[in-house]
Amino acid sequence: MKRIRTLETRDLAKSVKNGGCGECQTSCQSACKTSCGVANQKCENTKK
Amino acid sequence: MIHQYQLGGYNIVLDVYSGSVHVVDEVAYDIIAMYETHTPDEISAAICGKYAADGITAEDVSECLEDIEELKNAGKLFTEDKYKNKVIDFKKRSTSVKALCLHVAHTCNLNCEYCFAAQGKYHGERAVMSFEVGKAALDFLIKNSGNHVNLEVDFFGGEPLMNFDVVKQLVAYARSVEGQYGKNFRFTLTTNGMLVDDDVIEFANRECHNVVMSLDGRREIHDASRRDYMNNGSYDKIVPKFQKWAKAREGREYYMRGTFTHANVDFTNDIFHMADLGFDKLSMEPVVSAPGTPYALTEEDLPKLFEQYEILATEMLRREKEGRPITFYHYMLDLSHGPCIYKRIAGCGSGTEYFAVTPTGDLYPCHQFVGDEKYKMGDVWNGVTNFDLRTDFMSCNVYARRECDDCFAKLYCSGGCAANAYHATGSISGVYEYGCKLFRKRIECAIMMKVAQAEMGTSDTVFAEDATESCDDCDSCVEFE
Repeated sequence: MKRIRTLETRDLAKSVKNGGCGECQTSCQSACKTSCGVANQKCENTKK
Repeated sequence: MIHQYQLGGYNIVLDVYSGSVHVVDEVAYDIIAMYETHTPDEISAAICGKYAADGITAEDVSECLEDIEELKNAGKLFTEDKYKNKVIDFKKRSTSVKALCLHVAHTCNLNCEYCFAAQGKYHGERAVMSFEVGKAALDFLIKNSGNHVNLEVDFFGGEPLMNFDVVKQLVAYARSVEGQYGKNFRFTLTTNGMLVDDDVIEFANRECHNVVMSLDGRREIHDASRRDYMNNGSYDKIVPKFQKWAKAREGREYYMRGTFTHANVDFTNDIFHMADLGFDKLSMEPVVSAPGTPYALTEEDLPKLFEQYEILATEMLRREKEGRPITFYHYMLDLSHGPCIYKRIAGCGSGTEYFAVTPTGDLYPCHQFVGDEKYKMGDVWNGVTNFDLRTDFMSCNVYARRECDDCFAKLYCSGGCAANAYHATGSISGVYEYGCKLFRKRIECAIMMKVAQAEMGTSDTVFAEDATESCDDCDSCVEFE
């Protein structure tokens, strides 16, 4: 496309099917302890 | 829903519900802004008029509109919210426990001015956790962990190294039983550094998945708040220990975590100071405090803080180009293989999959509720007994907050921190708007950095060759219907 470039990203709509295994890190356990951010975590779904 | 913004020289369009990130030129940026509210003819007239000097024609506009339509049809732009009513019945949400914050010491050898835990005592008596209580907590975790394999335990306080022997005993116990239950314990140690020695370093490097070291940055900033009971600053005592420890981590995870307050709104100077001390994995959090305290952040601070986050992003990119990168916790977006939609909606899991355990074995939804008796949820021997409270926390997600409906960042924060919301509004389903404003700015900066890194070729995230093709990162990619 001439005017639009798109990053390759995980399609959230498609993560509905087999997501939700719950193996990823509990967000507050990493470094913040005082806020809530989830997007910096890695998916740890071993079935994917 | 989309979010458009300009930052770092980029025109960025975030498609909220698919997670797609587009970088566009000025013409496409304006066309996308008009796309849903104007006819093609209106758009063409407006764009051709605005960009006449650049030679933009109706044909150019038409071509761009076709590209937008193509992305829309591919589910990459202007996608609708498919999750709200179809995906998760939160009343059926799993109550398996995955993580505990073990308050092994409700006491501290520092007397930090801004401490949300009231100098480690959480507004109660000084206390340390016995091995028996800690063991019961680990047994509670294993017993209630369902199918979870990775179980997380954070040794927290107060200062956990004031009860280091029990920490070591609990780790040894966990290691002795994790195999037979098919579990994998991941330990984190959060410390102020005062009692760190070679024994601690060796132990933590062997056993701890992560270490969180508390340092606020520049000596004068750190020592203004983080003082001992003799009123001495702690900077000179802890920095050499942390430097030795960070080096000895040899690639293992750690965070140098600071707190910024009204006293150091220019907090990037503290982050860069930490980087210059040799630390490369950094986190800096806004202080949690009641309004009106001398160190509380104010509305007047906000524009300065926004600027600081931009300065940080720019400087991090510069250092990356120079081959001396640093990481910042809130800028570590994983756009390619990050969390699924469930995680993004459900939030931190406090009060359901995550609990704090006091030295006497009481369960609280998280460390920030400890000491508030009405939030006691049970204990490690009898498990959760306050089921109404658990239901409240189970329902606490991004869709529980109407304020989040139109927020572009909601699938990055999952509705925010329940404790912050409670302290700001009196309800765990409320919204801590000040924190939201900072969060949104951080996400804008983080996404801009991913774009810049894709251009530099320094990120896992790259530009798609065909933007209309879906990701192929896993077999679990099955079209949602």
